[in-house]
Amino acid sequence: MLKISNLHAGIENNEILKGINLEVKAGEVHAIMGPNGSGKSTLASVIAGKEEYEVTEGSVVLEGENLEDSSPEERAHKGIFLSFQYPVEIPGVSVTNFMKTAINEGRKAKGLDDMPAKDMLKMIREKAELLEIDRKFLSRSLNEGFSGGEKKRNEIFQMAMLEPKLAILDETDSGLDIDALRIVANGVNKLKNKDNAVIVITHYQRLLDYIVPDFVHVLHQGKIVKSGTKDLAHELEEKGYDWLKQETAV
Amino acid sequence: MAYTEEELKKELETKEYEYGFYTDIESDTFPIGLNEEIVVAISKKKEEPDWMTQWRLEAFKAWKLMEEPEWANITYPKPDFQAISYYSAPNSKPKYDSLDEVDPELLDTFKRLGISLDEQKKLAGVAVDIVMDSVSVATTFKKTLAEKGIIFCSISEAIKEHPELVKKYIGSVVPQKDNFYAALNSAVFSDGSFCYIPKGVRCPMELSTYFRINQAGTGQFERTLVIADKGSYVSYLEGCTAPSRDENQLHAAVVELIALDDAEIKYSTVQNWFPGDKNGKGGVFNFVTKRGICHTNSKISWTQVETGSAVTWKYPSCILKGDNSIGEFYSIAVTNNYQQADTGTKMIHIGKNTRSTIISKGISAGKSQNSYRGLVQVNSRAKNARNFSQCDSLLMGNDCGAHTFPYIEVKNKTAQIEHEATTSKIGEDQIFYCNQRGIDTEKAIALIVNGFSKEVLNKLPMEFAVEAQKLLEISLEGSVG
Repeated sequence: MLKISNLHAGIENNEILKGINLEVKAGEVHAIMGPNGSGKSTLASVIAGKEEYEVTEGSVVLEGENLEDSSPEERAHKGIFLSFQYPVEIPGVSVTNFMKTAINEGRKAKGLDDMPAKDMLKMIREKAELLEIDRKFLSRSLNEGFSGGEKKRNEIFQMAMLEPKLAILDETDSGLDIDALRIVANGVNKLKNKDNAVIVITHYQRLLDYIVPDFVHVLHQGKIVKSGTKDLAHELEEKGYDWLKQETAV
Repeated sequence: MAYTEEELKKELETKEYEYGFYTDIESDTFPIGLNEEIVVAISKKKEEPDWMTQWRLEAFKAWKLMEEPEWANITYPKPDFQAISYYSAPNSKPKYDSLDEVDPELLDTFKRLGISLDEQKKLAGVAVDIVMDSVSVATTFKKTLAEKGIIFCSISEAIKEHPELVKKYIGSVVPQKDNFYAALNSAVFSDGSFCYIPKGVRCPMELSTYFRINQAGTGQFERTLVIADKGSYVSYLEGCTAPSRDENQLHAAVVELIALDDAEIKYSTVQNWFPGDKNGKGGVFNFVTKRGICHTNSKISWTQVETGSAVTWKYPSCILKGDNSIGEFYSIAVTNNYQQADTGTKMIHIGKNTRSTIISKGISAGKSQNSYRGLVQVNSRAKNARNFSQCDSLLMGNDCGAHTFPYIEVKNKTAQIEHEATTSKIGEDQIFYCNQRGIDTEKAIALIVNGFSKEVLNKLPMEFAVEAQKLLEISLEGSVG
């Protein structure tokens, strides 16, 4: 589904990603771990097409299509979803209204008419239930005054609504207490199927107890320095990242 | 903007004006300049009674001694008041024979605002068939109003038909000498609207100048007088979301509202005059004095959406004279390119238990400057007066400015005044967040701006609100790129 080859990218002549190779197939869950500043969030932003970042070499290919010239919204229409580490506030725009706009813009891009209000409401109700979201929450301004947990739950709610092919969860576990973590992870697990894929970016292996990855990659200084199975996450938890830093320095 | 100033001038030279009150005139325009003879001549031309002529002359005398105010946060070349013609009769010839001849960009804007074909023709100056929908609508409309005893006509007509009302109330809220532009308006006002709601009558429909489109065009010096008698209610809509292109660079209107005991007036405005081109050339200067007086237990609510004009100077205000009276001001002011707006309100608390609310939303883009200027004054005998003010500014890009000048004068210890202000910028992060959800940048800005303006948009009558929302989108198109 997603093939990243020799990806180099940076911001203002400062190279952050230094040759990433990664292949994600449909039905798989990949975890990307790594210390602060290793380039995890940059990788997520580059896949989503954030324009601040300049790709200097290599490619990101989604289902055989090179994304080089695709704008962020086109990538979204193609099925890429990014759950933000720090979701922004949009005052005065309700969660419902925001979702309605996003879904209908996606449909427009595919040449479809707006989703009938009845269907939209039904879908909102179903997905809200899935994430144990209170109805009142949906009429609040997007992320305004939301707690850390509410913000993340809202991100996964949006993922549920948009039904992406590839979802990237950027530090979705940060700022979550254990109950919220369980709800969010349950949501993700229920949304997962053989046709979509998930990339989980995380600092800790805690989330991976709930969302079990097929592969774990360790990112360090802009490169994937080690790949393995879920055991690798445990090893990292035990030994810390220093162990890896030393190993790669050698 | 596809218009060059030259083209615009050409178009407007032949623009149809539909005053409709003067059937005898082919075309005549007074010589430029302003003096007593001109004032008398205007009054005579309009067949006004002597008291009206004298009233205009008093205003003119006062105006001569006044100076153009300079305290507002705007810069513009001072108009030469002796280089303006103060009376221009309607030119009854339509400019175009069919819509096909009209600038497609203008038509596109009309279409996107959802304006009907007949209206489009009207607004663009196309010859309209004699039988058109709005005529029959207007007739039914007038009949319904007449049954309730509501008077809704041009101010010229009112001066002739209802002199007792006009004489009693004109200048009672905005005196002739109130300020430079109000004095000028009082001397030379061309026309405007008059509305009287009798005691205890609830006006059954929104009164809109739209229904008078056959009878009155917007003059350069418009004068509006709305009187809501005891216990009555009226909702009045002014303006139009369609872009108005006007040959008159200077506009100085006066609006007076009188809410007698237990009455309520809701006055909504959408202003979309030509703001000048992308380089700041051309555009209307809009210097407006709007004020209402509230008697006991009455309420006046101003709602405005301002997207047009090159320069705006406007402070719809409430004098809360009667006990328990309420004043409200809800405003969205958008400036783009080189537009300048200095707008806000005055809430003068005189009576006991008076309350006022101010919600002002300023949106600046391009190289524009947007200022909120507001006064909350609580007089010594205004016991338990309360005010809540909220001024929010939204900036787009790095070259625009937002300014807030709140003045608070309190002379009674029991007053409660609250003021909140925020300034925010549409961030790249917000845009990227929307983009990532599949919403393109134009749409994202529209979404953010609508969210920002929601509290005010909600105050507009339904159909007006929908149009205003679209207007905001169009006004800000291409402002972040």
